[in-house]
Amino acid sequence: MEQILEIPKAEKRLNGDAVANPKTTVVTGSQAVLDALVCEKVETIFGYPGGAIMPIYDALYDYSDRLTHILVRHEQGATHAAQGYARASGRVGVVFATSGPGATNLVTGLADAQIDSTPMVCITGQVFAHLLGTDAFQEIDVINITTPVTKWNYQVTDAREIPQVLAKAFFIARSGRSGPVLVDISKNAQLQTFDYEGYTPCQHIRSYRPKPIVRKEYIEQAAVLINRAERPFVLFGQGVILGNAEEEFRQFIEKTGIPAAWTILGAGAMPTDHPLNVGMLGMHGNYGPNVLTNQCDVLIAIGMRFDDRVTGRLDKYAKQAKVIHLDIDPAEIDKNVKADVPVWGDCKETLPMLTALVSPKKHEAWLAKFREHDAQEQAAVIENELRPTCDTLTMGEVVNLLNELTGGDAIIVTDVGQHQMVACRYAWFNQTRSTITSGGLGTMGFGLPAAIGAKFGKPDRTVIGIIGDGGIQMTIQELGVIQQYGVGVKIVILNNQFLGMVRQWQELFHERRYSFTDMVSPDFVKVADAYGIPGQRVSERAFLKNALQTMLDTPGGHLLEVMVGKENNVFPMVPQGCGVAEIRLK
Amino acid sequence: MKQEFTITVYTENQVGLLVRIATMFSRRKINIESLNTSPSEVDGIHRFNILVDETEEVVRKVARQIEKQVDVLKVYFSTNEEIIWQELALYKVPTDEIAEKVKVERLLREHGARAVVIRKDYTVFETTGHREETDGLLHALEPYGLIEFVRSARVAIIKGSRGFHEKIREFEEMQPSSEAAENEFLNEGEKVFSM
Ligand SMILES: Cc1ncc(C[n+]2csc(CCOP(=O)(O)OP(=O)(O)O)c2C)c(N)n1
Ligand SMILES: [Mg+2]
Repeated sequence: MEQILEIPKAEKRLNGDAVANPKTTVVTGSQAVLDALVCEKVETIFGYPGGAIMPIYDALYDYSDRLTHILVRHEQGATHAAQGYARASGRVGVVFATSGPGATNLVTGLADAQIDSTPMVCITGQVFAHLLGTDAFQEIDVINITTPVTKWNYQVTDAREIPQVLAKAFFIARSGRSGPVLVDISKNAQLQTFDYEGYTPCQHIRSYRPKPIVRKEYIEQAAVLINRAERPFVLFGQGVILGNAEEEFRQFIEKTGIPAAWTILGAGAMPTDHPLNVGMLGMHGNYGPNVLTNQCDVLIAIGMRFDDRVTGRLDKYAKQAKVIHLDIDPAEIDKNVKADVPVWGDCKETLPMLTALVSPKKHEAWLAKFREHDAQEQAAVIENELRPTCDTLTMGEVVNLLNELTGGDAIIVTDVGQHQMVACRYAWFNQTRSTITSGGLGTMGFGLPAAIGAKFGKPDRTVIGIIGDGGIQMTIQELGVIQQYGVGVKIVILNNQFLGMVRQWQELFHERRYSFTDMVSPDFVKVADAYGIPGQRVSERAFLKNALQTMLDTPGGHLLEVMVGKENNVFPMVPQGCGVAEIRLK
Repeated sequence: MKQEFTITVYTENQVGLLVRIATMFSRRKINIESLNTSPSEVDGIHRFNILVDETEEVVRKVARQIEKQVDVLKVYFSTNEEIIWQELALYKVPTDEIAEKVKVERLLREHGARAVVIRKDYTVFETTGHREETDGLLHALEPYGLIEFVRSARVAIIKGSRGFHEKIREFEEMQPSSEAAENEFLNEGEKVFSM
């Protein structure tokens, strides 16, 4: 596909570098950048201008009919918004930032996107090429700083490279195991004019294999194990969602009748109420999935990477089971848990191959075990959390009411901490791409900008950000984006007046020595008001449901602060250093 | 058990790639014993030789993480038995000491060395070989007022490798053919790590 777009004020800028050629257009590097975005069907950019990226912003002025730019309040906010956008919509998130501090402010978001495989293209301005290495004003070696937190990065100092490099950037960001890419463009290259031949998307890089041809041998071996299994157990992660393989996954699960549990990034790939969905894995996951990991005979991991928050102590993890690991990234296979059958490939392809070879089954007795454990967890934990009898509100009852009011159709975005675990545990998801949370990096401050980004990515869906009193203050300035663009995102602050998750660890493992975890916060409703965002605070059960309903009914953005119990804990819990079967109910 | 592994990395010739590869080791606190980059047998493709002292399990994991970098074509790792390797060393000694006290001829012969430069004030010897060999001459020369000593990184050829010419054609194809679609997990029997 080649495409030459109408490019405004091109020839006017003709300078010495470019020669008139009837087949080409003379454009600036900046115009080539924006043309690349249009050709890649980018609609929304999250960014923040500054000296070294001004030529691109100048050109953007003429592209406002084709590209929407959202001015964030901090570049970190731009990265998380782009992540929220990408994860809600399945498209590549795009970020602009200037050199120096603009670029360093991207690092947290890049790291978050890298570990959670979020497709993102960040474009940073850079000082003039002749100043590189001279400690010029706002010069930073962004390539070296971002190398460990990007899937790929590249510095452009000649405008003629721009079309090809951006084509590569988008291809790399979205293909294979997706991830963040950064392209740094020196100011001279943004200003330079050149003969532009149009944009050609990239489809192949010789040193890069996004996915392999699937080897049937392994599919056959996996099928044999599955067909023989008496207590098979499926663990699924975000790979199912990133691979758009939800339907293939459902067919596999329903044919084999295997109980399936999810990582927090995989939640929603299968509806919450599916009879074979047995719940959440990991440190604060459900009781059954953790305990029974050590009782299954075949463990089938699909698009997940055995994070230590999922496995607990590895030498006590599923030792009795044969492990089948399906993943698109060969570096994940055998990294933490040794696979007996490694199925390297895109699960969109491997799952149907596997489904074709497995025999239809039901595992009633085995499923009953999950139900037994669930009953224990209901009695010991869930009932008290969702329908408490104490005076103070619990986080769980807020989430539970939201389920009731939205019917499980909302996109739930969380920050990091206790509220995150509670939201992931109890929120219902009817459809995929409904949960957006910082899993691998656990980035406080992720929630608010990610919720804003998600709303831009899926304007027709209800987007609810569930955020702690601590985390909201890390990126609270992004309320300005809600104000300026009228973003209809609903913010629920679950205020326990503590850095709750850290306090919980202090209570359980540090003899209640609450070292610097109690936090005084501003009046969040007034803060919202200052940004022109309507809000409310509730601390009594009698008003909670109405307050949530008001929030959902209010057109546009809304902030609801819910005062919850100060010292509530999230249970169950696999204490650090313990095996999954040592999960504690209290 | 830790042992010496030589990791061979075929890459595109790309600025910044050295750092990207080096971070794969530094993030795990693995010390790189020696590192050499050079052109490879294929025009335009670079080859890194990286020597580390590690367990096979860790080396395999690092190798996979390196290979998944976009600009990396291929990674192999080998034990010392699986490669032919050499290091080059240069020794600078005062000419008068050497000429007087040692039988230069014999010394050179014994250590497979040669004199690269002979001046009035100093002489530079050169030898190649394994660590013990270059160390041997170092010890022999130490008593004679060694002025300077330098040893290169290890360079290694993989015994079982059929070179990279064939591979590169497969990599250049738009779609990997089924022959090209090697799967490391199927090649466990082979001498070289292959993905
Ligand atoms: C940027 C960052 N700094 C520190 C932490 C460590 N941390 C994890 S959870 C947590 C407490 C979060 O408190 P709050 O936002 O109030 O949420 P709660 O746990 O109370 O629900 C902290 C400090 C982190 N995850 N991210
Ligand atoms: Mg809190």
